[in-house]
Amino acid sequence: MEVSWALLANAVIAGLLLGGFYAAMSVGISISFGMLDVVNIAHPAFIILGSYIAYIVNDRFGFDPIVVSVVVSPLFFLLGMVLYRIYYISFERRGQESLRGLAFFFGILFITEVALVLVFGVDYRMVSTRYGDVTWRAGEVDFPMRLVVPFLVSMVMVIGVQLFLTHTFFGRAVLAVAQDPLALRLMGVNPVRVKELAFALSIATAGVAGAFLIVIQPVQPAIGREFIGLVFAVCVLGGMGSIWGTLLGAFVLGLAESFTSTFFGPSWAPAVSFGLLLATLAFRPSGLLGR
Amino acid sequence: MLVVLSTLRRMLGALFIGLALAGAALAQQPLKIGFGMSLTGPLAGNGKAALIAMEIWRDDVNAKGGILGRRVEFVYYDDQTSPATVPSIYTKLLDVDKVDLVVSGYGTNVIAPAMPIMMQRNLTFMTLFGLNVNSKFNYDRYFQIMPAGPRPAIGWSQGFFDAAMGMNPKPKTIALVGADAEYPAMALEGAREHAKKTGLKIVYDKTYPPNTVDYSPIVRAIQATNPEVVFVASYPPDSAGMVRAANEVGLKTRMFGGGLVGPQFAALKTQLGPLLNGIVNYEFYVPDLGGRFPFLEQFLSKYQARAAKEGVDPLGFYLPPYAYAMMQVLEQAITATKGLDQAKLAEYIHKNTFDTYVGKVAFAKNGEWAAPRVMMTQYHGITGNDVEQFKKPGRLTVLSPKEYKTGDLKAPYHENKK
Amino acid sequence: MSNKVFASVALAVALALASVTQLIPNDYFFTAAYTVLLFVILATAWNILGGYTGYVNFGSAAFFAIGAYTTVFFYNAFKAPLAVGIVAGTLVAGLAGLGLGYLTLRLRGVFFAIASLALAVVLFIFVVNWDYVGGARGAYVLQPREVPFGLPRYIHLIYAVQLVMAAIALVVARAIEHSTLGRGLAAIRDDELAAECSGVPTLRLKIFSTMVSCALMGMAGTTFPYYLSYIEPSSAFSLSYAVNSIAMPLIGGMMSWMGPLIGAVLLGSVQQLVQVTVSSAWNLLIVGVLLVLFVTLAPNGIMGWVDAWRRRKGR
Repeated sequence: MEVSWALLANAVIAGLLLGGFYAAMSVGISISFGMLDVVNIAHPAFIILGSYIAYIVNDRFGFDPIVVSVVVSPLFFLLGMVLYRIYYISFERRGQESLRGLAFFFGILFITEVALVLVFGVDYRMVSTRYGDVTWRAGEVDFPMRLVVPFLVSMVMVIGVQLFLTHTFFGRAVLAVAQDPLALRLMGVNPVRVKELAFALSIATAGVAGAFLIVIQPVQPAIGREFIGLVFAVCVLGGMGSIWGTLLGAFVLGLAESFTSTFFGPSWAPAVSFGLLLATLAFRPSGLLGR
Repeated sequence: MLVVLSTLRRMLGALFIGLALAGAALAQQPLKIGFGMSLTGPLAGNGKAALIAMEIWRDDVNAKGGILGRRVEFVYYDDQTSPATVPSIYTKLLDVDKVDLVVSGYGTNVIAPAMPIMMQRNLTFMTLFGLNVNSKFNYDRYFQIMPAGPRPAIGWSQGFFDAAMGMNPKPKTIALVGADAEYPAMALEGAREHAKKTGLKIVYDKTYPPNTVDYSPIVRAIQATNPEVVFVASYPPDSAGMVRAANEVGLKTRMFGGGLVGPQFAALKTQLGPLLNGIVNYEFYVPDLGGRFPFLEQFLSKYQARAAKEGVDPLGFYLPPYAYAMMQVLEQAITATKGLDQAKLAEYIHKNTFDTYVGKVAFAKNGEWAAPRVMMTQYHGITGNDVEQFKKPGRLTVLSPKEYKTGDLKAPYHENKK
Repeated sequence: MSNKVFASVALAVALALASVTQLIPNDYFFTAAYTVLLFVILATAWNILGGYTGYVNFGSAAFFAIGAYTTVFFYNAFKAPLAVGIVAGTLVAGLAGLGLGYLTLRLRGVFFAIASLALAVVLFIFVVNWDYVGGARGAYVLQPREVPFGLPRYIHLIYAVQLVMAAIALVVARAIEHSTLGRGLAAIRDDELAAECSGVPTLRLKIFSTMVSCALMGMAGTTFPYYLSYIEPSSAFSLSYAVNSIAMPLIGGMMSWMGPLIGAVLLGSVQQLVQVTVSSAWNLLIVGVLLVLFVTLAPNGIMGWVDAWRRRKGR
């Protein structure tokens, strides 16, 4: 196979575009797991839920799925709040979050998936967007809009979250609650409330990421499970609790997959990603940019 | 004396009536056919479609008085497209529900685990689209309704390679790509053999995992090898991904397609629409050949009415006609052998040719079709994304086999995408 | 009851139940019972690491599949009989557990959980690409025509073997629970830092516990290819094994060896029943809902209820 610079360039572009999307999927975990220490293994289920909601509206009314998901995100926010309440009352307050919390979210993951199957069936669903089949070509390098648009919106969302965390009072409260909940309480802020809203934010991002997913590829209820490992890999790789780390981790993973796909054979791509994760856990568990 | 005679007559009369009633009672006993079917899980779309077809068959047969005077009833369970459920399902059907006959579910995954049970009890087993399952078991009462021929891996892509080598000048290179899954692996194996036989040089031969998100790197890598022919074996989600990627990347090759599962169904036909133009792919039913398959159009309109209501593939060109045909073979065998003797059924099915909605069906010694009849077609003239255009002729050219050919291959692929 | 006595009792019960094979005329019981027993072993194995030590393993399916595929490998390579496959599968799974544990148990429990999930994916890809054991196409393992011990059908043999393996798993779990090792694991579960400070060799105990747990999971999988005659990666690595092996101990109670047994028998039987009566999408919904309900409302499971009820009676 001739390795032209065009092939290389396209592999890089594809990897970066994909990485942007992976970042959008993982930023929620970065918050819930990285900062709040809540192992929300059901995160991909909410992504898929977001995909389906975008699909219904798109199918019925033809609205752009990404617009729909942004409009619907307050609902996800509320859902996140309720979920966290249950989680807090049942586990965190009793100090049993590690084992039981995990099991709890596992159950939520399953219930969501099965509920979607019962309502929608197992057929793959796709959306139709005006830009879905458009590819912008710069010489021999392709920029498919199907990947570019989600990438751009992902970047806005991820950078938005980062700015929110560092530049608003509430955002800084979230960062603080990750570092020292007691001190936060002493400063008059209720850490539980902060965590609740932060968790809600993470679920809201999942809903929006779901729209990206269904623009990029067809969706069916079971594929959520395939992304569990990926989103956690991105966060661990990048470093827990750091949004920039998540972004970096996402790009690394996207590039690794794209390069492996292109040059070594697509069937090894996921193994490379998870191999990276295992290696990180073994040798540098704090990740690339972690504390 | 007269009194004795009349009493005798009355007794004989009563005896006759008694026997007739008993016979009728026996005849009233329904003929129970049991099976597992994928109603949930990855193949549920097809499983539900097959079930509808089988139920239409059951209703048709019962309207004509049943088989051997007995009403046909189904006993079925959802196998979730998972092999692990199959032994329990079939042992329950046979030992607890006491069905008279069993047929298989859809796909190798659920057929293979049932084989030991069938073999232990010497049952005749009609199966629905398993891939070369019997090559391991060598069971002489196994029958397969998929028209891939006695060597499924080879028969599957025969038409594709025939059409490819029919191009002028003959192509020299081929790229092979497919998903990491059971069907594509078999299809690719067959394609490799064909490539060897026809002297095509394989310049790319890789598989991708089923949950791949982006297919463009794959298509680009394929393009970098400049193949003249590209053979793809994929399942619906990756079929969609590959077709889109081919359009995104602007794949330039002389012939593209072969073994994509998915474009046979309405969902993908409507989603991809014009993106399918130029692609060569297998189909099991083509509206252009409607006249060649009497009764099939009737069946399809019945099926399509029900499918629309139940949210299943609205076209029904793929599995449903064959599921119906499978039951027809069974019905004809039972009627001809006048009973449910499994050995006689198997013998009869092996020895005879059957008239079914999908044409004449005959089986080879290993239970597969005696001759392959996978139709290789080329898409063209698809405009927009509505489903009605696919119900009418004019969107598919049948390239192979010869007896159904309606036109020639238009190459190269990238110049014939309209 | 000492370990030896318990072991003999368990084995005796297993063999007694196995001889039931002669009496039940329909095979459905055995196919269903096999699956339930499979979950008994998986749940008991998972609980050694989960309930006793407090470390969640999401990769139960991976170790189950290791056991299954090792059997396939030995079948393909040496036409080895089932017994060899069982021993080999258990050992290989144990070694894999050792590897996973060694790599990740120095970190927080949550990383171990994620790593176990990642391992499942990597292993899945590896198996899919390994043509010798069938890869994506699947592998066929043909049941021998003559069944040993004069049993009528092969399913009866596998069922008996599974019974014995379940007994072994329960004996091992109980032995660990009542030993010094078990107390050390409990200390780790309750407060690892304190345990470490009190001189408990936490890393060594954790690794050992992981090894045993994973070995038993592998053991559960070794008969699976023979049960189906066919095995392919997606179903061998099915996430339902991971979920069930967590849900069953949770529902039964994670503190003792009886919990996973109760949970597996109950939940497993319900699932088998649902499979042949109602549509099976509800099957998973039931598992998920039960899991969530129990984990939020009854964290100590059924055994927890029993204990609470006993305590109340005692008062």
